[in-house]
Amino acid sequence: MRAAVVGVRMHTVGSIHGAAPLGENGARPLLRIDGLTKRFGGFAAVDHLSLDIHAGEFFALLGPSGCGKTTLLRLIAGFERPNAGRILLGGVDLAPVPPYRRPLNMMFQNYALFPHLTVADNVAFGLKQEGLAKADIAGRVSDMLALVKLEDFGARKPHELSGGQRQRVALARALVKRPRLLLLDEPLAALDKKLRDATRFELMELQRQLGMTFIIVTHDQSEAMIVADRIGVMDGGRLTQVGSPADIYERPASRWVADFIGDVNLFEGRVGDDRRSVEGTAAGRLVVAAPIDAAPRTPVWVAVRPERVWLTRDQPPAPENCLSGTIVEIGYLGDLSIYRIRIADGSRVTAAIANSGRAGERPPQQDEQVWLSFSAEAPVVLTR
Amino acid sequence: MMDAVPDTRKRSRAQKFLLALPYTWLLAFFLVPFLIVLKISFSQGAIALPPYTPLLHLGAGWRGIEEFLAGLSLDNYRRLGTDPLYVLSYVKSLEIAAFSTLLLLAVGYPIAYGIARTPRRLQAVLVVLVVLPFWTSFLIRIYAWMNILQHDGLLNRVLLAVHIVREPPVWLATDTAIYIGIVYSYLPFMVLPLYAVLEKLDQSLIEAAADLGCPRWKTFWLVTLPLSSPGVLAGVLLCFIPIVGEFVIPDLLGGSRAPMIGQTIWMEFFGNKDWPAAAAVAVVLVCLLVTPIVVFQHQAMRAAGRS
Repeated sequence: MRAAVVGVRMHTVGSIHGAAPLGENGARPLLRIDGLTKRFGGFAAVDHLSLDIHAGEFFALLGPSGCGKTTLLRLIAGFERPNAGRILLGGVDLAPVPPYRRPLNMMFQNYALFPHLTVADNVAFGLKQEGLAKADIAGRVSDMLALVKLEDFGARKPHELSGGQRQRVALARALVKRPRLLLLDEPLAALDKKLRDATRFELMELQRQLGMTFIIVTHDQSEAMIVADRIGVMDGGRLTQVGSPADIYERPASRWVADFIGDVNLFEGRVGDDRRSVEGTAAGRLVVAAPIDAAPRTPVWVAVRPERVWLTRDQPPAPENCLSGTIVEIGYLGDLSIYRIRIADGSRVTAAIANSGRAGERPPQQDEQVWLSFSAEAPVVLTR
Repeated sequence: MMDAVPDTRKRSRAQKFLLALPYTWLLAFFLVPFLIVLKISFSQGAIALPPYTPLLHLGAGWRGIEEFLAGLSLDNYRRLGTDPLYVLSYVKSLEIAAFSTLLLLAVGYPIAYGIARTPRRLQAVLVVLVVLPFWTSFLIRIYAWMNILQHDGLLNRVLLAVHIVREPPVWLATDTAIYIGIVYSYLPFMVLPLYAVLEKLDQSLIEAAADLGCPRWKTFWLVTLPLSSPGVLAGVLLCFIPIVGEFVIPDLLGGSRAPMIGQTIWMEFFGNKDWPAAAAVAVVLVCLLVTPIVVFQHQAMRAAGRS
């Protein structure tokens, strides 16, 4: 009898936008960062970093706290001066341009609204610096307040608003000058979860509507994956991988990226002589579909996402990529359950199983003996 | 329902006691002495002990009170209006207080701003340095200034040595000396409240202003200064009010041509032994000072209520 498949592959976090980077047909990037370095004392917060961002892109800088992503944003805004490297905006070197002359705006993590000014005056602040006519300013401010659905709040002071409203004022203030580039420093971090989820989609909507280029800094991988066209994963002041959300999730460049973006099971081994298998792992010999881009005997890691792992009570018919173990933990999340399974060598493997209820049978229980398997297409082989 | 919500208006006995403390203090050390001074200001000078009449003889019963009330008059206040000495004295005091408060603001604001911008480790040291002169007696420091400002004092010797002046200028017994002494003595009272506000100023607001296209100098006027206004107000009140009544500095460093109001009170009290006149001058001074405080306080309360 064919083993009952309890889990189905379905939970893949992906981008709603197209994944292809824009402007690859030789167009000049809007923002070019070239060998940028910023040191604080002996510590390099940004370390020889290079990156191109194209007009109209929604780019996310993703990384753990202290990875240098906020420093990079502040370098672009001009609040920090680099020790080396260049930042070009539309081909113009920004080095001699002071922050108040840069054609870009930033939305601050704490919003940095002026407490002594009304909402309308906060939004008008940037336009007044441009010396626009009073009537023009009033018109653009009310348009912008309407865009963020705060048209009735112009006369209020920031402290009279809720957190979500303050966030929208900050956004309006940063957008009203129609910058070529908008920098957003953890724009949703201070909101509660429900508001955050709703605001993500509002941000994407706004970006599409205005056709602006957004760079968002976040430590929240699902936020980055939802909003961004491309993600730059940062660690230790360097970009470890740049690509579409699907690229980064499905084809992580390193163990660190694989582990940072979602959960991953890693099996250490050596490349087999046929370069389509990895030998000597805790799960024995593992077979992969695509040829491995490394010489035989090279130490590598096989990465398998938990949702790619199948969980069965009976041994699967295919001999490859299957191993048995005992369920030690079950985390019930509603739409899916996370199973932690102890395998022969004592290490743990994680499987994420959708609670679709379609199999119509009792789900696996604690301490039950089960089989784990995955297809040859499921794993990614990582050399670092 | 009512039982579940504790009534916050009902205060415990300990809270009442704590609230009563400042009121008792003000009653005992401000209101009662002020009423006594007020009474003396309605009296007449006399060669007696105490040197004024009428005195309240409660032993004489109702007649004593009648006699007492009949003895009170507004003569002293009329004299304040007619004798130019007093008016000039008030004007001089307000003028010196106003200008020196402006000077203190001009000197104190950059100092406070500078301290608030230095690395946090150094800030505590700098604040201590600002307060350090208090470790020496105020009187000694003013005597030191007399020494520095006198004809062959340190200041003139330096000025002569570096050939800034040919003839040593006169410093002592001038208004300049008064300003020097006041700005020097009151600086900590201006710097500390300003520093307290500037130190808390959110740096991201300054960056936000720059991000929105505002040059640094303009950011100061549009963001830093308005947000530090509570500190400016506190510093101005802390300096202006005591400077108006300042006695020691103008007496030791200033001239005798146009005395400040503190000196006038002293003259009436100790020189002329005219307690009622001195009391009337003091009462008018208190009224002059209380009015702006009440207005400022009222505005500050309204501003606080809005934020």
